[in-house]
Amino acid sequence: MELDIAWTVKWLQLCAEAMAEHRVELIELDRAIGDSDHGENMDRGFQAVLAKLADGPPETPSAALKLTAMTLMSTVGGAAGPLYGTAFLRAATSLGDAARIDPPAWAAALAAARDGIVARGKAEPGDKTMVDAWTPAVDAARNAADGGNADNLAVLVAAAEAAEAGAVATDPMVARKGRASYLGERSAGHRDPGAVSSALILRAAVEAAA
Amino acid sequence: MTVSLVVVSHSEKIADGAAELAAQMAPKVLILPAGGTGDGRIGTSLEKVMAALDKAAGGDGAVILADLGSAVMTAESALEFVDDPAGFLLADAPLVEGLVAAAVAAEGGADVQAVKRAAEGARGPAHPDGPLGQQLVAEGPVTGQGPDFTGDFELVNQAGMHARPAAKIAGGLASLEADVTVNGVDGASMTALMTLGAGKGSVLHVEAWGADAERAVNYVGGLVQAGFGEP
Repeated sequence: MELDIAWTVKWLQLCAEAMAEHRVELIELDRAIGDSDHGENMDRGFQAVLAKLADGPPETPSAALKLTAMTLMSTVGGAAGPLYGTAFLRAATSLGDAARIDPPAWAAALAAARDGIVARGKAEPGDKTMVDAWTPAVDAARNAADGGNADNLAVLVAAAEAAEAGAVATDPMVARKGRASYLGERSAGHRDPGAVSSALILRAAVEAAA
Repeated sequence: MTVSLVVVSHSEKIADGAAELAAQMAPKVLILPAGGTGDGRIGTSLEKVMAALDKAAGGDGAVILADLGSAVMTAESALEFVDDPAGFLLADAPLVEGLVAAAVAAEGGADVQAVKRAAEGARGPAHPDGPLGQQLVAEGPVTGQGPDFTGDFELVNQAGMHARPAAKIAGGLASLEADVTVNGVDGASMTALMTLGAGKGSVLHVEAWGADAERAVNYVGGLVQAGFGEP
């Protein structure tokens, strides 16, 4: 499967589906350690992305990601808006005008997205945030792409699986950033909702290529 | 032209209210609120912030004040999209006190850097690090440099030092090339001046350093002796 504009649009549509499907789960996770709006906000944000894509389909993967960035930043409302917005924006910049994404370009786009999230939110690995899903995803995508003969799907799968494991690994962590950090030790024993939604986004990328 | 101000808050009411409050002290300054989401919920909207930045663009620059973490992130994100990001400075300041201090400084003709400093100097007296003014004073003896000009002026107006006189002093000093202390606090900080609690008959001891030190002392003296135009 080519990772072209058709794949990109399908990926974003599947992101919207995943956020709608996991809306309540994300709300529950966020209620435990945050302000319980993450599911609502992500669902609203990606529904708005769907509407924008329907208005006028972009021509390149990069243009589609930039449109997503702007839309999320304007509609999500919570901290996830600027964080995901910056992630999609940096990924768009990293891809440039390319019509197709190859494995090294995907790994580079994920790294740019992760760096954007870190720059915007100032969180580090281990702070119990979405960075804990993105960082292993970036490493896994790079490793998978490094051989030079990896196929597209293998790189997407590697990133998604690493992000999912990264989200699970936030369970015992004590939050040091975001609303959950106000809870201190009591934040341990809960999964970080931002790490979960990040893993959903990277899993949708796999499903769009399957 | 004066420096413009952009207020980014999670709440539309907070942004509008803070702008309204600051405008009372600074009628000439363009203060643009960008609070809440596009559909009236609590949160921040890139679109609203971008619209405010667009209106504030050009001219003498603009200073942005934001309330909680994600408002700061939205403001930073918006700056990635503007044509001239160098024209905007994001102040790390308490929203209401910082905005009022920034507005007063802008009204007095301060440049964009000085307006940002005024906002950041507006931490309340309860701040654990203490008001900025106290830190400035501590530097005097350390460097061994006495003030370039000093003056002592008795408050003659009935109400003494309150918000309007403090705004006039701080606003005027912010546009001068001088570091000024009044009874040991930062003269360019309206909130610091108000904490002096100086009533009628109190003497203000003014010390000034820098190119405009003499003008700064005369400026404060002129205002005090004229009773700030009050009875």
